[in-house]
Amino acid sequence: MGSDSSNVDVAVIGGGVVGCAVARRMALEGAYVVLIEKAADILDGASKGNSAILHTGFDAPVDSLEQKCVRDGYEEYLGIHASFNLPILKTGALIAAWSEEEEVRFGDILKKAHDNGVGDLRLLNRSEISDIEPNLSKDIRSAIAVPREYVIDPWSTPLAYLQQALQNGGQVLFNAEVTDGAFDGERWQLNTMRGPVRALHVVNCAGLYGDIVDKRALGASRFTIKPRKGQFVVFDKAAGKLLSSIVLPVPTKRTKGIVLFPTIFGNIAVGPTAEDQDERDDASVDREILTALVEQAIQKLPALSNTQVTATFAGIRPATEENGYRVIEYPDQNWITLGGIRSTGLSGALGLARHAHRLLTKQGLAFHPINNPVVSQVPNIAEHLPRDYENPGYGEIVCHCEMVTQREILATMEGPIPVGSLSGLKRRTRAAMGRCQGFYCSARIAELTKGKFAEPIGVGDANA
Amino acid sequence: MLNPPIYDNCDVAIIGAGPAGLAAAIRLKKLGIENVLVLDRESEPGGIPRHCGHPPFGMLEFARVMRGPSYARRLVGEARRAGVGISVRTSVTMLGAGGGLTIASPQGNGELTAKRVLLSTGVRETPQSARLMSGARMLGICTTGALQAMVYLKGLIPFRRPVIVGTETVAFSALLTCKKAGIKPVAMIEGKSCPGTRWPFHNASRLLGVPLFVETRITKIIGGNRIEAIKIIDGKGNARELACDGLLFTGQFTPESSLVRMSHLLFDHETGSPVIDPFGRCSDSAYFAAGNLLQPLKMAMNCWREGRKTAQWIAKDIAGSLPDRQ
Ligand SMILES: Cc1cc2nc3c(=O)[nH]c(=O)nc-3n(C[C@H](O)[C@H](O)[C@H](O)COP(=O)(O)OP(=O)(O)OC[C@H]3O[C@@H](n4cnc5c(N)ncnc54)[C@H](O)[C@@H]3O)c2cc1C
Ligand SMILES: Cc1cc2nc3c(=O)[nH]c(=O)nc-3n(C[C@H](O)[C@H](O)[C@H](O)COP(=O)(O)OP(=O)(O)OC[C@H]3O[C@@H](n4cnc5c(N)ncnc54)[C@H](O)[C@@H]3O)c2cc1C
Repeated sequence: MGSDSSNVDVAVIGGGVVGCAVARRMALEGAYVVLIEKAADILDGASKGNSAILHTGFDAPVDSLEQKCVRDGYEEYLGIHASFNLPILKTGALIAAWSEEEEVRFGDILKKAHDNGVGDLRLLNRSEISDIEPNLSKDIRSAIAVPREYVIDPWSTPLAYLQQALQNGGQVLFNAEVTDGAFDGERWQLNTMRGPVRALHVVNCAGLYGDIVDKRALGASRFTIKPRKGQFVVFDKAAGKLLSSIVLPVPTKRTKGIVLFPTIFGNIAVGPTAEDQDERDDASVDREILTALVEQAIQKLPALSNTQVTATFAGIRPATEENGYRVIEYPDQNWITLGGIRSTGLSGALGLARHAHRLLTKQGLAFHPINNPVVSQVPNIAEHLPRDYENPGYGEIVCHCEMVTQREILATMEGPIPVGSLSGLKRRTRAAMGRCQGFYCSARIAELTKGKFAEPIGVGDANA
Repeated sequence: MLNPPIYDNCDVAIIGAGPAGLAAAIRLKKLGIENVLVLDRESEPGGIPRHCGHPPFGMLEFARVMRGPSYARRLVGEARRAGVGISVRTSVTMLGAGGGLTIASPQGNGELTAKRVLLSTGVRETPQSARLMSGARMLGICTTGALQAMVYLKGLIPFRRPVIVGTETVAFSALLTCKKAGIKPVAMIEGKSCPGTRWPFHNASRLLGVPLFVETRITKIIGGNRIEAIKIIDGKGNARELACDGLLFTGQFTPESSLVRMSHLLFDHETGSPVIDPFGRCSDSAYFAAGNLLQPLKMAMNCWREGRKTAQWIAKDIAGSLPDRQ
């Protein structure tokens, strides 16, 4: 196989966390793979804003594909994260009951977890909770501890996956929206904004656009995306030490509910809401909802009342008319769709990627896993691990709130996946994501990135 | 010397090389304090005035009307001549008991102990997020500080036709900066029923041809990667859409007091500043504070004056003649 990205074994559509994991898996299995992404950088859809919890799958529907993928994804992540320099914050979770009615539902939660093979949950009374989380409101009645729910880095993780795909023979095409496609019985021709790509097999990982891509290529889709927005508020790092566990509510049928959690970047965040909307791209936040989130957070963690808000954001879940993952095989057309990966995709991506490989094998894809695949580290941006500024020679600190160095920013422009947009730069370095949101650093960032992005920060010269 | 070895202990360490910190440093040297070191995390000393390419600065200090950059240069020059050590690209990351500072610098990180520390870290504007603004994050949305740093330090503009939010004094700076840079604001909007300052806003904005909408708030931000329009609504419920390619949030200053929040020093959550006594002294008597960090609405000259005054108290304290903290 040559290195021509227009003629490949497997084309993966979409550079969200799922597509990045699938591209990695295919490359490791010896396929010649190209990932096709419509945006200028990875993570332009559902994967750009989530809670970043690495789920065990304790609460997933028993025996579901989602449960298996999350379980497998979790295990694989634990196995590989260190070799990629990907962080884990071993927070554990507490499912907190604030009322008697909620406590009544504990039995069901424990049983489901047991059925899902997560056997280490245990009940905590108020004083045991207070030993672990002394700052939680005393209104808490009891909780279930889920010790192996962790927090990870939502952005470096997919970057590491795609980087490994590329270092082991894969390709990526950015700014390459797939507009349509045709299958001639042997090969696909996908037409993209960057020209045609011919592929033996296609994996549709287009997330919020999964149904649309199916329609464009196959003529129809077996599901419809029903975008579901989740808003978050992130509190100033001065409060970072107030909480060490993920605090989950007792879930309802519809959602996992509003979570209070530490982020890997040293903040405490609250969210997400679950709001159905028509727009797939509109990640607007709403003042009233943000205010309500802040209030809820303060109710649970009263000391937050003195804390400033650092950031607000929303993520959009690719929900569908059904609850589970919508993994659909089109064996006669060498096509599979990994759709509706709604609210556990960060955890389930590696498991889904293995599942996708099994499905492609059934479709006749036969390759030999490569020997000694290249593994390389991604820069650490997690707060609890050594940061770049701790090593001399970084030039200058550009973003003071998040302590991001000039060396880190310049490094994103090199390497196998050069950063393609300001939001990509933020996700890779945390620059301008802190409490001042660019008051101090955006001019310097504009200067450092001049000429690098199709959508630049500076739109022109002053007085030109 | 721009970057003296940073780990030598000193008599007074000053965090922040803005008008307050520099004024204090100069005064301390004149009062005979030997070893005065100003630390600033930016690549150049001078603080906010470095990127305020407009007047008025310097009336009290130098008896003339200056632009920010020349004012900053003059203060820095004076400090150097007085023998003040200025160490740039030097971030203080933690305040320890009794004046022990944790420091990050590209030469290496370390600790420094000073007999006295002056906190003069200034202020920042409140961004979109901390205002809990409705809408999405997009290219073209920033604060006045960011705009001015782009225009005056980098020669770049972040937008051509922005809407300016707020009418505090700093919004006037924003208007002047836009005019200077060839940016044509589409409108100014203010949530209250009248402009927020005694600046002749109605006149100024009219002079510059920028309509002012009072009692108006933003309900939606429209666009893709970059902002394309906003929806606004006024007190009477009239809604309209304004096409724009930028949104400039001005004012709502908040002290840059994160170091204090994370430290052992008593903190006033109402003002966002460290708790001080009448001598500018914090709850740990090795620490003093001055400038915009204490009350974020002052002009540079007020910060300068406060820096000088606080320097006097610090010198007295070192000499042992400042009353004990109550
Ligand atoms: C609020 C919220 C909280 C969440 N919390 C968690 C959590 O704590 N833990 C967890 O495990 N999961 C969580 N998730 C779920 C997780 O974020 C999603 O499951 C995951 O991001 C889905 O990824 P994806 O790759 O399927 O889709 P996407 O991220 O949407 O990726 C699809 C990509 O395809 C591209 N694309 C679309 N159309 C085309 C086209 N025509 N041509 C080329 N490219 C195209 C898009 O630009 C996009 O980059 C959360 C999600 C949300 C929204
Ligand atoms: C857009 C704008 C326009 C203005 N226009 C005018 C005007 O026309 N006339 C006027 O008189 N005033 C004006 N002002 C106000 C004036 O700039 C301030 O009053 C003055 O700069 C405050 O001085 P300061 O020394 O307290 O703080 P600053 O000038 O803000 O200096 C603080 C310094 O502390 C440093 N610092 C912060 N944290 C750390 C840390 N952890 N480690 C190391 N260093 C740190 C910063 O890098 C900065 O250099 C304007 C302000 C703004 C934002």
